[in-house]
Amino acid sequence: MSDQATTAHPSLPGAAHSESAIAARSRMKTGHFKWKALIPALYIVFLLLPIYWLVNMSFKTNQEILGTLTLWPQNPTLRNYEVIFTDPSWYMGYVNSIIYVLMNMVISVAVALPAAYAFSRYRFLGDKHLFFWLLTNRMAPPAVFALPFFQLYSAFGLIDTHIAVALAHCLFNVPLAVWILEGFMSGVPKEIDETAYIDGYSFPKFFFKIFTPLIASGIGVAAFFCFMFSWVELLLARTLTVTDAKPISAIMTRTVSASGMDWGVLAAAGALTIIPGAIVIWFVRNYIAKGFALGRV
Amino acid sequence: MEKTWNNKAWFFVLPVLLLVAFSAVIPLMTVVNYSVQDSFGNNQFFWYGADWFREVLTSERFHDALLRNLLFSAIILAIEVPLGILVALAMPKKGIWVPVCLVLMALPLLIPWNVVGTIWQVFARTDIGLLGYTVDALGIDYNYVRNVLDAWVTVVVMDVWHWTSLVVLLCYAGLVSIPDAYYQAAKIDGASRWAVFRYIQLPKMGRVLLIAVLLRFMDSFMIYTEPFVVTGGGPGNSTTFLSIDLVKLAIGQFNIGEAAAMSLIYFLIILLLSWIFYTVMTNAGNDKPMTGGAE
Repeated sequence: MSDQATTAHPSLPGAAHSESAIAARSRMKTGHFKWKALIPALYIVFLLLPIYWLVNMSFKTNQEILGTLTLWPQNPTLRNYEVIFTDPSWYMGYVNSIIYVLMNMVISVAVALPAAYAFSRYRFLGDKHLFFWLLTNRMAPPAVFALPFFQLYSAFGLIDTHIAVALAHCLFNVPLAVWILEGFMSGVPKEIDETAYIDGYSFPKFFFKIFTPLIASGIGVAAFFCFMFSWVELLLARTLTVTDAKPISAIMTRTVSASGMDWGVLAAAGALTIIPGAIVIWFVRNYIAKGFALGRV
Repeated sequence: MEKTWNNKAWFFVLPVLLLVAFSAVIPLMTVVNYSVQDSFGNNQFFWYGADWFREVLTSERFHDALLRNLLFSAIILAIEVPLGILVALAMPKKGIWVPVCLVLMALPLLIPWNVVGTIWQVFARTDIGLLGYTVDALGIDYNYVRNVLDAWVTVVVMDVWHWTSLVVLLCYAGLVSIPDAYYQAAKIDGASRWAVFRYIQLPKMGRVLLIAVLLRFMDSFMIYTEPFVVTGGGPGNSTTFLSIDLVKLAIGQFNIGEAAAMSLIYFLIILLLSWIFYTVMTNAGNDKPMTGGAE
């Protein structure tokens, strides 16, 4: 575990480690440390309580949920999860969500890479305006776009396909990916490009063999944020799908209104939507903080 | 970094341009198109000029939704930004707790927004939710479905729960990038805790804090799903924010022309306010005497 902790701050110069350990110890001596730890601890409890309640409910029978308020399931049951995993109209929702999220991630990062390279390395006609204009798309409320998107994608016969949702989510993910990648690329000295050209590398060979590995963490962070914002969005995903590509979160809302509140299944479905996010966070935990610090406004 | 002037760089930007043109420019043009026309149905449209815009700008309903949303964003920023800075400052800088804290804190950010709504809808219910039950047991009359204040408190607490972690993560990213030499220098100078915060940590967090404020402002101003799931915009219209109102207008009442005009005004307000935040915060950063050498 301790080497994970060290890798959490790759930005710190190695020489500073021992010095800051001394500083940390001296801070402990003065008694600040205990009080300080209380704030994040309380904050995390506040974050986890509602999630715990959802998970707790997902293991209860509806009778118990509606009957008495119990802090943990008295008669733990897996029935709620069984309902989801045996019914394709439920579990296909997860598959659909994951398909369009992955598609969006690939598209966003693929088109953002060359653009971010251009913004970080070259000046060209209208570059600053273009960059700002891209960012304004991040400020566009999805509610504004719901109806025109529906008409546009209907015209192309794309309604109820995964690619439609993936493309629609590019509206806010592409600007974000360009922005994050541009920050990371600007952190790579330009001399590396020049040396590679002198050594006889062609541009594609340089880009994929030398440059891409250097900004691998940046690509990871950009992909993470694309995953995040595509996974959590509902308004556009719901508008553009009917049945075949319907995301799990939309299936949840439909079933809630139809079946007279099956609280247990609702809680189980909700609890399951937390898992993919949790897995992804675990993989990028060392880069989350770093990713935004390198971004540029 | 010294950048080379090269207009061929446009070719690198081309894929992004085509994609964004498809997913942003064409839809936006559709909205503009609708905003200046009216229809009697049957897909027959006629020129309506700027009347929709006039109608929206003078409509009390739009003013109310706008004021509600401004108030909401102001409350959100006033709570989340200081709280986020506080938590980020108190977080351990190294050790086994760092990844644990980061992962647990990022958790709410990756929950689909309507599930966030569902979680709080359940959590705040007085019959089956822990929070609602506890508050009720304390003797406070709490009902977010009927009481306006309770609905607001629920929506605000939900948003604090949902998004404060973003501010924490950003500020934390800014804090860990400060070299230890700064703190040592401050210690030698005998600087107080407040002075360290004011003259070292705050300026160094300036950039990420700007990102945090901008993102939180934009997203709270566009909020739709979470309050819609929890309160459905009610009681009455008390939690009907701009996006909820817009969807009601466009899909509920199918008043496309007015909805389109409102969309454009809405978008322009976000752009304008984001620009103001950006300008004010960058200028405030430049005025600070300590930032000059540090950046």
